[in-house]
Amino acid sequence: MVTTITSFGRSGLYDWMVQRITAVVLLSYTVFMIGYLLFNPDLDYNQWKGLFEGTLMRIFSLLALLSLVAHAWIGMWSVSTDYIKATGARFLFQSVCGLLAFIYVVWGIQILWGI
Amino acid sequence: MLVSVYRYNPEVDDAPYMQDIHIDIPGGKDIMVLDLLQLLKEKDPTLVYRRSCREGVCGSDGMNMNGKNGLACITPLSEVVEGDKLVLRPLPGLPVIRDLVIDMSQFYKQYEKIKPYLINDTPAPAIERLQSPEERAELDGLYECILCACCSTACPSFWWNPDKFVGPSGLLQAYRFLADSRDTATRERLAELDDPFSVFRCHGIMNCVSVCPKGLNPTKAIGKIRNMLIQQAT
Ligand code: SF4
Ligand code: SF4
Ligand code: FES
Repeated sequence: MVTTITSFGRSGLYDWMVQRITAVVLLSYTVFMIGYLLFNPDLDYNQWKGLFEGTLMRIFSLLALLSLVAHAWIGMWSVSTDYIKATGARFLFQSVCGLLAFIYVVWGIQILWGI
Repeated sequence: MLVSVYRYNPEVDDAPYMQDIHIDIPGGKDIMVLDLLQLLKEKDPTLVYRRSCREGVCGSDGMNMNGKNGLACITPLSEVVEGDKLVLRPLPGLPVIRDLVIDMSQFYKQYEKIKPYLINDTPAPAIERLQSPEERAELDGLYECILCACCSTACPSFWWNPDKFVGPSGLLQAYRFLADSRDTATRERLAELDDPFSVFRCHGIMNCVSVCPKGLNPTKAIGKIRNMLIQQAT
């Protein structure tokens, strides 16, 4: 058993599962978005605004945002533990990723509920 | 043909270098890479490599031949030589002791970690612990591993974290004991593997499968370990 305190869930299986599930969420969000844009070629501002005002869409978007952050965290954490050998630099990189993730969540919520 | 061999003797060389040797194969026969090494050694007796069984059983002559890991003794020249040239290097990713000989301690440490022996705390029966033919068949494709390290040293995940990621060879053996009907330590074994490194550093690149000289499939075994972990945890 290798101990880690900076990974997402501290269990490899948990991280692996989260990575898979968030990937499915992100994929369905992407497919939905592409589909929506394709089926509404002459989209105007009000229609676009209306889409994101709906509660269901807000739930879906927030879910996608949180999935993105979790997915990115697990991925970047793996990259950092593969390629950054110096502990200080690795921790710094992970901290920056964590901070960015937090900023994106707050910012995203602000955008979603600011509509 | 031209053979380019990795040379490094830490006692005299400041840095490793490649030594180019031109050599004629007697009779132009399709000999094994190990036989070629023997010919090279006759030319230059300072060349060092490991070998023992010379028939793909002991696992001591794993090396990198024109970029691909394999056992020199069962790899014919026709399989690896390209444009009459052969580049021989030690297995990548582990410290070099001298020339083609690497220090396998890290590899064995990972093997030791997975407790490569049967654990059974039930009272020993008067005769052997029997297995049905089906139970025995579960071990096929697992027990044949000769610990040559060709797979683990071809695995990028093992290169980056040889101290934390068990590696394909160790994981194949981990599954060999998880799959054994006579072993009772399944839970403890799985608990040891459920961290972000030991098993989950495998990204399914499958380099291990493509180099294993015994034709084994560590990626499949790793998938089975993962399934066992999922089953136990959901
Ligand atoms: S499948 Fe896994 S163990 Fe095999 S080479 Fe790829 S990462 Fe390594
Ligand atoms: S799995 Fe194959 S390549 Fe890996 S150590 Fe065993 S025999 Fe060698
Ligand atoms: S010398 Fe034994 S495996 Fe090649």
